[in-house]
Amino acid sequence: MEFLQSIDWMQLFRCFIVGGFICIIGQILIDKTKLTSARILVIFVTTGVILGALGIYQYLIDFAGCGATVPLLGFGANLAKGAITEAQNTGLLGAFIGGIKASAGGIAAAIFFGYIASLIAKPHIKKQ
Amino acid sequence: MKPIETKQEYLEYVDKKSPNSPIFKNCINAFLVGGLICSIGQIIFDFCEYNGLDYTSCSTIVSITLIGIAALLTSLNIFNKIGKFAGAGSLVPITGFANSIVSPAIEYKSEGYVMGVGGKMFTVAGPVLVYGISTSILVGIIAIFFV
Repeated sequence: MEFLQSIDWMQLFRCFIVGGFICIIGQILIDKTKLTSARILVIFVTTGVILGALGIYQYLIDFAGCGATVPLLGFGANLAKGAITEAQNTGLLGAFIGGIKASAGGIAAAIFFGYIASLIAKPHIKKQ
Repeated sequence: MKPIETKQEYLEYVDKKSPNSPIFKNCINAFLVGGLICSIGQIIFDFCEYNGLDYTSCSTIVSITLIGIAALLTSLNIFNKIGKFAGAGSLVPITGFANSIVSPAIEYKSEGYVMGVGGKMFTVAGPVLVYGISTSILVGIIAIFFV
């Protein structure tokens, strides 16, 4: 219970607001354009990589914590951060290794859990 | 009714016929659910930090846990219902990425475990990874020369 007392509620509030606003951007893209969800995800990740590379996204992460890292923009920013750090340490090889290395946990988890889910769950017929 | 000849006419026709989505309400829903998902992530992050883990491990654990929860909810067919209510609220956080992998893995099971599950898993996540990773490699290469 000591943990509950250690929670920074202001930080949590900023996280909620920023995370919510990023989702609003996505919602406007869905409603105002005829983009498919795959395209929207691609746009978010690529934008995240670019914002991360320019160093802009880091300000948002410092401000909002998981409100910035949990949306796919943060996934992109993480790819960029990994690639840049690793490239500066080990050169060209690092540029190839860094991005995936930084986001390996998430990608591997999604693939693994997806496979396990397909073993256990029954297909649901989609009602359109 | 006059026949539809051009793509422009078709789009106008679709616009006229499709119901107007209440964009304001959708945005509120997306805001609330998206904010909530990020907040759950933040609490997991704080819990890891409280237990003395470093920043990178904490954020990786947050991703893995949220992806795990999304995978579980997808296989119980609950994620679809949340998604219908929340729209981008559940799509834009990492849970949407997880759902885009888990959902086709389950749906295409009948096409076999190699090309069905293994192949269709990446119908949406594939493009995300292709563009995300390619851009990150470009960024890394640029960083060698300019930073």
